[in-house]
Amino acid sequence: MPDPIVILGAGQAGVALAAKLRALGYADGLILVGAEAVPPYQRPPLSKKYVSGELEVERLLIRPRDWYAEQRVELRLNARATAIAPAAHEVAFADGSTQRYAKLALTTGARPRRLPDTIGGALPGVLAIRDLADADVLAPELQPGRNLLVVGGGYIGLEAAAVAASKGLRVTVLEAADRILQRVAAAETSVYFRDLHQRRGVTIREAGALERLEAEAGRVAVAVLKDGTRMKTDLVVVGIGVAPDDDLARVAGLLVENGIMVDGQCCTSDPDIFAAGDCANFPWRGARTRLESVQNAVEQAEHAAAAMLGAVEAYAPVPWFWSDQYDVKLQIAGLNRGYDQVVVRAGKRPGSQSVWYYRQGGLIAVDAMNDALAYAFGKKALESGKTIPPAVAADPAADLKAALA
Amino acid sequence: MPKITWILKDGQEITAEVPLGHNLMEAAVAKNVPNVIGECGGCLSCATCHVYVEPDWYAKTGAPDDMESDMLEITVAERKPTSRLSCQIKSVPELDGLILRVPYI
Repeated sequence: MPDPIVILGAGQAGVALAAKLRALGYADGLILVGAEAVPPYQRPPLSKKYVSGELEVERLLIRPRDWYAEQRVELRLNARATAIAPAAHEVAFADGSTQRYAKLALTTGARPRRLPDTIGGALPGVLAIRDLADADVLAPELQPGRNLLVVGGGYIGLEAAAVAASKGLRVTVLEAADRILQRVAAAETSVYFRDLHQRRGVTIREAGALERLEAEAGRVAVAVLKDGTRMKTDLVVVGIGVAPDDDLARVAGLLVENGIMVDGQCCTSDPDIFAAGDCANFPWRGARTRLESVQNAVEQAEHAAAAMLGAVEAYAPVPWFWSDQYDVKLQIAGLNRGYDQVVVRAGKRPGSQSVWYYRQGGLIAVDAMNDALAYAFGKKALESGKTIPPAVAADPAADLKAALA
Repeated sequence: MPKITWILKDGQEITAEVPLGHNLMEAAVAKNVPNVIGECGGCLSCATCHVYVEPDWYAKTGAPDDMESDMLEITVAERKPTSRLSCQIKSVPELDGLILRVPYI
């Protein structure tokens, strides 16, 4: 029997890769390895419906438990790979076992960046939200009346702030940059979400750098800012971004630079090792790109599956993302990297609005807040390689559908 | 539990009992119904769980709300009068026997 394909990392990308291999007719052995005890699950609801108690674990599962056997995917849970030997085509695991592979896929994802231990990052009551275990620790901590400090005003931090504020906590979001969402969005989008949170009673503190966290009675109790402010807090959620999980690849001698370097076919610097999802750094529109999203995890993994079976087409996605905060659904199409012009479009419903990003006159991305029509036509334009001119986008009376015809 | 049937383009039928309160995209994914994908997990961002409600049933499923209707503008298959995104239809007793057609090959 030939050696199997082994997939390290059982998140959205790992499952999508396995499913696509089977859908394309790959019939030999297939092993999907995950470090956690639970079968692969969706992460986005963790910071939203799961932590707020609306969804139980079974409903987070990407595929039902019996899907793996049906598809002849050997799911190895609680298994941690410790080393890859590319020359021997072999993976070593923490329990001392080894597994040979014909081809290997790395879908290891990303890990939350932590505050350094030296400033209190490891104190009890300081939490991240990345996996189920994190959410299970956070959920019972969200008690009305408590003070929550969210460090980092990105999407994950703002989602946590929204859930906590809705549960009656007193929430402060601390953002080191001049405005929340600075790394990912234009000022117009930042303003929209700052207003949204402030209306719900959340304190947004921008240009506010954390000096350290202090404990009382063995648990985080005070946040000290660089300007000397001392804030009482019962709980800290850290949302300061993620780092690609590329240690195994680096130690194995693969090319790694802000993620595992892959080509358009998702192939790493070793011809029999592929990578996809949050951990992979790929060429896109002339620049090295690493995306942290379900869309990219799924589509790049499917692309990798096809490439492992010999397909040669290059991965050329139209990225999309979403975030839910209170009753606002944010949908993002495209990537705003390098934008030089922004226009705002008022939506047809109260509170609905979209922000359109252009580079050299061409549409590159849309942030749509409770405005699915703007998202839909923005995405359609990007997928078909067309543009919607800034003057049309900015005119709420202009027909987007007609603009694309 | 309400019984839901998906009819694929080639005529194949898949039936499942769907727990009350679950949406019909997650039910389809759980049952491995081909081409009901639900990439966004049911948050109205991808339009990959598009189905045609059998016309007789449309009065019971109801029409899409504004946001869903907007998303139906970008389905891959043609939008028809009874198009819905199945992540927005919840299993309720009145839908026992519901028939959905999957518009993709």
